[in-house]
Amino acid sequence: MLAWALAIPTGAHAAGPADPLRSPMWANHAAWLLGTAPVRFDPAVVVTMPDVTENQHVFPVTVDARALPSVERIVVLMDLNPLPVAVDYAPQGAQGYVSLRIKLDQRTPVRALVLTRDGTWHVAGRWIDAAGGGCSAPPVSRVKGDWAQHLGEMRGQLWREAADTRLRVIVRHPMDTGYVDNIAAYNIETITVTGPDGTALGRMTVNGSVSEDPAFTLLLPPRVAGPVAVHMVDSNGRMFDGKVGP
Amino acid sequence: MMLSRRAALGLIAAAPATARAEAFAGRYAYDPQSIGPGIWLVRGADEAIAFGNGGAIANAVILACPQGGAVLFDCGPSLRYAQGLAAIAQKLTGGPLRRVFLSHLHPDHALGSAAFDPAIVMALPATRTELQRDGNGFADAMYRILADWMRGTGFSPPGATVTPGPIDVGGRKLVAMALAGHSDGDLVLVDLASGILLAGDLVFHDRAPATPDANLARWRQSLATLAALPARPLVPGHGPFDPAGTAAIAQTLDWLDWLDQALNQAVSQGLDMTEAGALPIPERFASMKLARYELQRSVSHFYAAIEAQRLPRIDDPTP
Repeated sequence: MLAWALAIPTGAHAAGPADPLRSPMWANHAAWLLGTAPVRFDPAVVVTMPDVTENQHVFPVTVDARALPSVERIVVLMDLNPLPVAVDYAPQGAQGYVSLRIKLDQRTPVRALVLTRDGTWHVAGRWIDAAGGGCSAPPVSRVKGDWAQHLGEMRGQLWREAADTRLRVIVRHPMDTGYVDNIAAYNIETITVTGPDGTALGRMTVNGSVSEDPAFTLLLPPRVAGPVAVHMVDSNGRMFDGKVGP
Repeated sequence: MMLSRRAALGLIAAAPATARAEAFAGRYAYDPQSIGPGIWLVRGADEAIAFGNGGAIANAVILACPQGGAVLFDCGPSLRYAQGLAAIAQKLTGGPLRRVFLSHLHPDHALGSAAFDPAIVMALPATRTELQRDGNGFADAMYRILADWMRGTGFSPPGATVTPGPIDVGGRKLVAMALAGHSDGDLVLVDLASGILLAGDLVFHDRAPATPDANLARWRQSLATLAALPARPLVPGHGPFDPAGTAAIAQTLDWLDWLDQALNQAVSQGLDMTEAGALPIPERFASMKLARYELQRSVSHFYAAIEAQRLPRIDDPTP
């Protein structure tokens, strides 16, 4: 990670608009994540987070980019985290919306970077204050010692709503960051969601800065008949599968 | 002679330090209210712990002992705040503190114990255990928010255990009850001379209840226990004195019932934690300070466990 930072000359994205959050890391992150693509700080992306960081290990974030046409990717970025990207989500058949829970290692901007089909990145977020240690304290299940008994247990449900089909999925996984003594990095790496007819609904790359026992809300198209298949692969190559009926 | 690195740094630091020193100007304000014979309430701000209030958000109570000296129930977040309480107790009663009771483990009530000889500081056994677990972590967290307000405050564990039943401190007769639910150990004192009940954080009043170590079922049981006693004037852990002693208990119970039901319903409707934290708060809680703030904290405390209970398994549980 340090290698990218060193390899990238500062001001590589000098052409982009000034960061309204004045983050010391924005230029670097923008350079490696967005390259030279056009960037707009855009209130059409609504990032909802609590006012208080009650638990820096489990901090909920909802990104709603449904006001934008043709969302292709949603990247959740914490500028000052040692693992700065939480997820990179391609909604495919789903809507431009995702809820998740992240770890915070210190006060940092938390943002959503949303790519639309025209190649523009729409960015929004705010500074979140947090005590340290979200990425460098062992997960609860490691302390309890029962993580292996519950690994991959998946819970979820579909809710039919007027404008969408809401999918909620939770999986038991320690999501080890690799920053805790004697515990190697171990995390869910990819999640794919597939409709009953094999339609790709969503695909997400997941990093260790997502909270232990990851929980996601995705908004699938309306009237998905089900069952919807959820397939996950972790960094040891272990696979987890779930099926959610309507 | 080689000068060690540490000594050299010390020399560099020593010279300009006095010139650059900036005195911390924060000062706690106390406004003790007489609420009965020989009993005073020192109100905390009905706010979240913040630099602006120095962490002085919890209520404390001073009681005069007929044989001289005073009793303190809860002692605030810091050494400096607790020293101020002791000075006020001395002024009001003409004697030193004989006893300090900690209602429960939380730092806004307990960290001020650093100001006292541990031998006079008492807590329930469960509270002593919880403080051993969390005391140092609380001190770290409070320094992060309060900085210089905390200067000199180290975690100082209570040296004595409270046993439920009658207690006599210098002729001031108290009855101790060991309850739980806001935390594992919630101490309630009844002062026989004034008839006032000191409820600690089992009861909040016009300030939303905080739940970081709560067990809602046990908390409700404890509130039922308090509601079943003959009504007495009541000092809540946070919020104004309740002279009739029924409104604050009923309001706390109402909030806990609503919170429990609202969070369970939110999980059943598929809401995420951010959405649950934004749920509408019923009109009847309009007078309650910090309602949104405590709702969001409670979502963080309870949501994942409710989901694990209510959402069905979708993987194939048979390997």
